[in-house]
Amino acid sequence: MSFQQIHEKYNWDEISESIRLKTSHDVKRALATSNPDLEDFKALVSPAAEPFLEQMAQKSLQLTQTRFGKTVQMYIPLYLSNECANGCIYCGFNCKNQIDRCTLSREQVMEEVKVIKSLGFEHILLVTGEHPKRCGVDYIEEVVKMIKPYFANISIEIAPLDREDYTRLKQHGLNTVYVYQETYHKENYGNYHPRGRKADFNYRLDTPDRIGLAGIHRIGLGCLLGLEDWRADSFFTALHIHYLEQKYWRTKFSISFPRLRPHAGSFQPQYPINDRQLVQLMCAYRIFNQELEISLSTRENHIFRDNMIGIGVTSMSAGSKTEPGGYSNPDKELKQFEVSDDRTADEISQAIQNKGYEPVWKDWDHCLVEC
Amino acid sequence: MDILKIADKEFSSRLFTGTGKFSSNSQMAAAIEASGSELVTVALKRVDMKTGSDDMIHHLDMPGLNLLPNTSGVRNAKEAVFAAQLAREALGTNWLKLEIHPDPKYLLPDGEETLKACYELAKDGFVVLPYIQADPVLCKKLEDAGAATVMPLGSPIGTNQGLKTREFLKIIIEQSNLPVIVDAGIGAPSHAAEAMELGADAVLVNTAIAVAMDPVQMGKAFKMSVEAGRMAYLSGLGKVCSQAEASSPLTSFLS
Repeated sequence: MSFQQIHEKYNWDEISESIRLKTSHDVKRALATSNPDLEDFKALVSPAAEPFLEQMAQKSLQLTQTRFGKTVQMYIPLYLSNECANGCIYCGFNCKNQIDRCTLSREQVMEEVKVIKSLGFEHILLVTGEHPKRCGVDYIEEVVKMIKPYFANISIEIAPLDREDYTRLKQHGLNTVYVYQETYHKENYGNYHPRGRKADFNYRLDTPDRIGLAGIHRIGLGCLLGLEDWRADSFFTALHIHYLEQKYWRTKFSISFPRLRPHAGSFQPQYPINDRQLVQLMCAYRIFNQELEISLSTRENHIFRDNMIGIGVTSMSAGSKTEPGGYSNPDKELKQFEVSDDRTADEISQAIQNKGYEPVWKDWDHCLVEC
Repeated sequence: MDILKIADKEFSSRLFTGTGKFSSNSQMAAAIEASGSELVTVALKRVDMKTGSDDMIHHLDMPGLNLLPNTSGVRNAKEAVFAAQLAREALGTNWLKLEIHPDPKYLLPDGEETLKACYELAKDGFVVLPYIQADPVLCKKLEDAGAATVMPLGSPIGTNQGLKTREFLKIIIEQSNLPVIVDAGIGAPSHAAEAMELGADAVLVNTAIAVAMDPVQMGKAFKMSVEAGRMAYLSGLGKVCSQAEASSPLTSFLS
């Protein structure tokens, strides 16, 4: 059964309601079991779990340490392009926003690489807007080939591609693909994504399957917290990961928690998630899935990030610039969003060590794959 | 303690350790030193393969300590062989912990691919220490394939669950012509002692030391438990009976 078919069997409002009806008894059971299921996950993200936050954090810490040790992986995003054909109403790259647009040339990419390498990074995340002509698969392929000698691990967060395109990129050394559904609320999805290829809910929903079929090592999922009821959206994300794990058993999975940030447009989240709720959500995922990699970006501020080290988080970005060319030629006007943790990579590395954790700069090698 | 010989090397410590999950390289080095271990695994993915030397390798530069590169991250025999060849060049050792676990969730080893890779690597001059399920038949096949040891798991990597495969480990130890190193799942010194009492030649421990509140003390605790377990095994453990043996009710008529 495809995930589309699974997704269609669920009714959004019923899921939302069933989460709200979870009781403290359900939460206690979810905390006690060693093998939590999706009903336990619902209990852990429910309002009934709020008084159990410290217990959830303790359990999350213990599970994370056992699996991942006292380490945090370091990565840095490289924004290659802010050109976008989509009109996502919440995004700074929305094609209607009057900002300067650019896609980095080969030379500009290498200038950025030079700065990034001087900071010590081995894991890089390539980010673009969704503009198939300006920053489509051919462009990404060229960049991946060009930067492979400089990085042990290459990830992308770009427009969803066809399976053959992922296969092509994998052959050149691509390790991870991040693709966020934004929201699993199919009826409302179109309101946020009115144009461009992103308007096609099902094509996006099937993207992790295409990535899995292409044999990519790691798939990163997530939804944009703030668009819809985050509890229901998180249930669907967990359901999606569960489905993918059963089907693509050789693949690793990672989850991110983008919260909507101030940006060039005027969109304000209707369902904001506060700090306590975000901690609850991250702990719920860890308790539900002990192997899941959990990533926390510089969208969050340094206090939140430092305190989440150990409580589930396994990888962090540092020193991020969200505008193309930002490392070698900072230009605020081109940014996708304002980062909240603007410390340097060195400062963040030091903060991780101060918490008693080791920042891991390299945890992959191209020699481990056939390519 | 009696000497353990694997290929061309002799070990006076029967505790092998890992290098992952520590809170810092200096803590890792201190814990390994306290454990008395003479063989440590190093994940290729963590090492700078271009230079073969980085901060972690630098910290492992201790007298009497040998590196055992592992192939964690590969998903089949072909990838393992490719990675092993690069590791030999980068790290200057032909010793290899062969790890092929295509399932990233439980990290369970793929016996079929491991056997295939072992044939190829042993032929190519590697000292191969394969990480495997506690599968007695596979162990015998790996002997034929030229493995230097077998490394059956006690329970899934990093779970600290102890010797869930105990009955199969006993069969492997009984049948093996190679050193048997119980690897993975050893979560407490008592588990390590249990493996050694069963007759394992060595154990490999990582998570239990690395994530302990005090990894140095825990390293020492494992050293002592491995020594105690080995000593007990060599001394000949008494058999375990479910009832007292006070008389011979069935054969007393013969006297």
